[in-house]
Amino acid sequence: MIPASFDYVKASSADEAISLISEHGDEAKLLAGGHSLIPMMKLRLAVPSVLVDIAGVRDLSHVEDRGDHIAIGALAKHRSIETSDLLIAQCPMLAHVASKVGDPQVRHRGTIGGSLAHSDPASDLPAAVLALGGSLIVQGPNGQREIAATDFFTGYFESALAEDEMLTEVKVPKSPGTNWNYQKFNRRAQDWAIVGVAAAQVDGAMQVSLVNMGSTPLRATAVETALASGASAAEAADEAANGTEAPTDLNASPEYRAHLARVLTKRALEASGVE
Amino acid sequence: MNAEESYEIRLKVNGRTQHVTAPARRLLSDALRGELGLTGTHVGCEHGVCGCCTVLVDGAPVRSCLTFAVAVQDKDIRTVEGLAAGDGELHPVQEAFKECHGLQCGFCTPGFLMTACALIEQNNDPTEQEITEAIAGNLCRCTGYQNIRAAVRRAAEITRSDKR
Ligand SMILES: Cc1cc2nc3c(=O)[nH]c(=O)nc-3n(C[C@H](O)[C@H](O)[C@H](O)COP(=O)(O)OP(=O)(O)OC[C@H]3O[C@@H](n4cnc5c(N)ncnc54)[C@H](O)[C@@H]3O)c2cc1C
Ligand code: FES
Ligand code: FES
Repeated sequence: MIPASFDYVKASSADEAISLISEHGDEAKLLAGGHSLIPMMKLRLAVPSVLVDIAGVRDLSHVEDRGDHIAIGALAKHRSIETSDLLIAQCPMLAHVASKVGDPQVRHRGTIGGSLAHSDPASDLPAAVLALGGSLIVQGPNGQREIAATDFFTGYFESALAEDEMLTEVKVPKSPGTNWNYQKFNRRAQDWAIVGVAAAQVDGAMQVSLVNMGSTPLRATAVETALASGASAAEAADEAANGTEAPTDLNASPEYRAHLARVLTKRALEASGVE
Repeated sequence: MNAEESYEIRLKVNGRTQHVTAPARRLLSDALRGELGLTGTHVGCEHGVCGCCTVLVDGAPVRSCLTFAVAVQDKDIRTVEGLAAGDGELHPVQEAFKECHGLQCGFCTPGFLMTACALIEQNNDPTEQEITEAIAGNLCRCTGYQNIRAAVRRAAEITRSDKR
């Protein structure tokens, strides 16, 4: 399995990467950890003619305390998120979810920016950032803008990123303590989630998101509304599949996924301290 | 269509810098095996599942079938050929796999050895759970994993006693 040929350019800064992708238009793609892009290139589902390697861009793998939130560079690897003392103390859910991505080899290459930009509804980190109510900083030829995670995932493998924009930073609110949980259901250890549920209490409200329950990572708004009006964990979890269009594949039918969403939401809520 | 462009790629493998001329799409696994003749790195699935192609890049276990050679220029790459000492003395992980029968056909073994080596360099006293998680990205169709786990445990033990 060999990808189609392409030209390779290494960018040493975000500005350089953005001018390279602007110059080459939709022929070009950014290469971060390559752990979503290279498999797609091998299957020829992606055939970029130019790859702009951003893995060596310095200053974008930080994990920093910014007062009320933590800022994470787009090139921070899953492994450094999983092991960050700052995240373990101030945003333990994100560190935990990073530790559930694939296996050690994947976590040593894959980046949070690549994971979010790829916008795979079956990925773990997008759901975590959604449940936390985080936001994304993206940079383009005309400067920066901030996009709420809830507005970022626009379709199946599609995001609000324009072709000449690069994701540079992810912001998550501080959410220490134990009122959070991540349920990842799979049949083989280290596999992708068949369904996943992330729950986190942020500023007193329970926020819940779903993995692999539609064409994008989703907030479980029906569950959140039920909780806000005083429902118990079990009552709220009954709403988990409402309004979703779960995919069908070899692993599960939409009905089975809906069942899993309800069961896993109940477990996630109870483990997060909702009665 | 134009002829495919070649790149001069500097690869530092097992402490030696070598030059490879190859297109950008050359995978690290293929550059190691094809251009450099280091066929100890095995290629099983070619799409990131089996872990046979695991090598160390700056000390971290990485799948060489999902890495372009051109993207790891000047990084410190280690393969199974670099484990044993120049005089043939086995590395603790090799010694332990031999002692504990951590292999049968041996196809998966180079990947397991490199993964185990990375673990033990970071933590020479891993718990059972840490061992299981560290090798979770490597598949073995023969052993049933029990002897592999025993070998990793033993390799940690040898490393600790060597340090004393
Ligand atoms: C065997 C295997 C198992 C896996 N298991 C899981 C799993 O269980 N859960 C899970 O969530 N993921 C899993 N993954 C995916 C892994 O987490 C990827 O690393 C991640 O999804 C993509 O990150 P990357 O840095 O490798 O991105 P790349 O593959 O380099 O890029 C992915 C896409 O994002 C774009 N991109 C990358 N960075 C940026 C940026 N900063 N700005 C704009 N666009 C950008 C690229 O152009 C490309 O289109 C697995 C992967 C493998 C190979
Ligand atoms: S050959 Fe690389 S993971 Fe199987
Ligand atoms: S020893 Fe045969 S695959 Fe592991």
